[in-house]
Amino acid sequence: MSTLAHEHDHHHAPSGLKRWIFSTNHKDIGTLYLIFALMMFFIGGAMAMIIRAELFQPGLQFVDPQFYNSMVTVHALIMIFGAVMPAGVGLANWMIPLMIGAPDMALPRMNNMSFWILPFGFALLISTLFMNGGGPAGGWTMYPPLVLQLNDAFPFLIFTVHILGVSSIMGAINIIATVFNMRAPGMTLMKMPLFVWTWVITAFLLIASLPVLAGAVTMLLTDKYFGTSFFSAAGGGDPVLFQHIFWFFGHPEVYILALPAFGIVSTIIPTFARKPLFGYASMVYATASIAILSFFVWAHHMFTVGMPIKGELFFMYATMLIAVPTGVKVFNWMATMWKGAMTFEAPMLFSIAFVILFTIGGFSGLMLGITPVDFQYHDTYFVVAHFHYVLLTGAVFSLMAAAYYWLPKWTGYMYDEKLAKIHFWLSAIASNVLFFPQHFLGLAGMPRRIPDYNIQFADFNMISSIGGFAYGISQLLFVYIVIKCALGGKKAKAQAWEGAKGLEWTVPSPAPFHTFETPPKLTKAMLEN
Amino acid sequence: MATKDIYYVPEGSKWPIFGSFALFVLFIGGALLFNGNANANFVLYLGIALVFYMFVGWFNDVIGESRSGKYSGQVDVSFRMGMGWFIFSEVMFFAAFFGALFYARMFSIPWLGGLGGGSATHEFLWSAFEASWPLSVTPDPTNFDQPKEVIPAFGVPGINTLILLTSGVTVTFAHWALKNNKRANLNIWLALTVILGFVFVYFQAEEYAHAYGDLNLKLSSGIYGSTFYMLTGFHGFHVTMGAIMLLVILLRTIKGHFSKKDHFAFEAVAWYWHFVDVVWLGLFIFVYWI
Repeated sequence: MSTLAHEHDHHHAPSGLKRWIFSTNHKDIGTLYLIFALMMFFIGGAMAMIIRAELFQPGLQFVDPQFYNSMVTVHALIMIFGAVMPAGVGLANWMIPLMIGAPDMALPRMNNMSFWILPFGFALLISTLFMNGGGPAGGWTMYPPLVLQLNDAFPFLIFTVHILGVSSIMGAINIIATVFNMRAPGMTLMKMPLFVWTWVITAFLLIASLPVLAGAVTMLLTDKYFGTSFFSAAGGGDPVLFQHIFWFFGHPEVYILALPAFGIVSTIIPTFARKPLFGYASMVYATASIAILSFFVWAHHMFTVGMPIKGELFFMYATMLIAVPTGVKVFNWMATMWKGAMTFEAPMLFSIAFVILFTIGGFSGLMLGITPVDFQYHDTYFVVAHFHYVLLTGAVFSLMAAAYYWLPKWTGYMYDEKLAKIHFWLSAIASNVLFFPQHFLGLAGMPRRIPDYNIQFADFNMISSIGGFAYGISQLLFVYIVIKCALGGKKAKAQAWEGAKGLEWTVPSPAPFHTFETPPKLTKAMLEN
Repeated sequence: MATKDIYYVPEGSKWPIFGSFALFVLFIGGALLFNGNANANFVLYLGIALVFYMFVGWFNDVIGESRSGKYSGQVDVSFRMGMGWFIFSEVMFFAAFFGALFYARMFSIPWLGGLGGGSATHEFLWSAFEASWPLSVTPDPTNFDQPKEVIPAFGVPGINTLILLTSGVTVTFAHWALKNNKRANLNIWLALTVILGFVFVYFQAEEYAHAYGDLNLKLSSGIYGSTFYMLTGFHGFHVTMGAIMLLVILLRTIKGHFSKKDHFAFEAVAWYWHFVDVVWLGLFIFVYWI
């Protein structure tokens, strides 16, 4: 068994390209995920810039309508599946083993595969933009019969969804096995950091919802190529059936993007308020409630499609119910800050902005969830404003907060706080200039997914576009700050933040290649939440 | 053994990125095939070959590690959780198709027949349509293959139900034999399970030929044919995979792999086999019977 003993002596990273492409190390794979997510954030962001440039003034300026619709569709797919989800998985990879005292993820090789599928998957997706008939242009929701009109890109779109689903399901299985099997002795479930809790619940959502999406797009494929009638009323099916199946996936997907964000701010706010998280247990139960409820609200995305009134009412009330656990969370975050000794470093600024702006997005979500008024809001810019508040100033802000919070642990250096604060204020102001006017546009009746508009919408669109360009440019500052931090700066202590709690701050900064190869002995102080 | 105190984290492996690339090639091949590209078959078969090679190579590594005693009880639990949740994801995949079946039977067909909010559609589009299940005449009868008959539940499907249920019993007998270290019995019961699995697939193929050729029941026969073939087809594919997995396990038991305590691969495949069994029961009841 001498070879075995030898293998476990490796404390140094393997070198060269092999380290990255063959990796079984949760930190390296986490880094790959995070870098990939950042790259996709900029590719998807460039598409958003094209959209905002086209909408800067009425009339058709830069792109033809088909390409505009492709940009809308692919921007959404890239931001959801390429930027926010991989960034969340990257954080999970890096932090969960460190937070629960595990040597690595439970299934390290599968972990590598769930990452490496992503570049191939997005190569498939982006290649569709250059195909005969153009890229997918029917919206990321892929509703039939419109999506079935897509040309050569169609099977590539379907298989992109399949392959990304495979990646996410493997990632989710890995997270569940890690959290339930790899915790250090003493790390009981109700002692786990909230980030771990939110992620394991997210993993359940992924496993339960992504296979359903795979089924839905498979039916699209057979409807187009094998003559099946799932979504054709002439054959006894129903195009609305697709919407039901899609949103059975799609609504949990919303929480797949949001729950890790809840975990992140629940970690950061206590650190900089220098107080334990208020209502830890209620946070866990609220997260689980949101996850369970998310499977019973899907049809609020389709109130105007023509459902029986009983269905409309059920889905409206179920949707309202989600506001209760979400309200618990917002209350707890505020109560955590109440009378805390607060300081306002960049992670805290992004987290506080998250709480405020996500709540705005939550409130506009409540408005959309009320069936009768949704008939006015449906498919307008009000919806666009709503989900960008929860996804950009919500999920993306939390990811920025997480990046600043853990960069010292990843790189061993403190980032440039002054620049980070500038990045925060630019982002916060620009994103509100970008999205707040879209509420007014939507209420006034401007439809989504249209490259041209009535001149009455011109002023707000111009303001929105200016905000969009400002937001886009200011994210370059983030890249500069990250690179600068990776290259050097003030050395970070093991405990980089004075008020930080958790096992990840007991290992040196940067975290060594292998950590917790034997389970750490946990003291009571380490297990405080 | 001291090494067992440490959770086994494998060294870097080429299989994950190889597998990702293999899936990439496979899907490109499939997409090109749908687009009628001349090179599609080559790419598709290359993809299948690469995926197959990945499975063989990756499992070979895992089997080697397992047999050299690198896996502690904790690693075993990770594998159990992995397999369990993988099967759950498969259940949810089938749920999408069962959902489509129930939606068609409960909502879309009655609505097209004029019930509830569908009265206008019925009156203005296809007023001659009569709601029924199995759907023998589609709302628009011109563009679909109208089936002459559907497969009755208590013919071949009934026999197939017995075959699958029996195979669930034989695989359990094999498991008991393994746990009692009766290797000869283990091999016999396992071989029987594999045979039953392939017999099921054979009957299913015969039934398809009959339905397609004689009964004119096709994928393009409207929603009945769509749900029938997609549900039974994906199930049949899973039975085939399961039978191949059982065959691999049989080859391993013949080689003397597994001990009475340590045989997770056997159990994983047995779980999978019970999963296809349970899905079949759902199919038998809701697709063929009621």
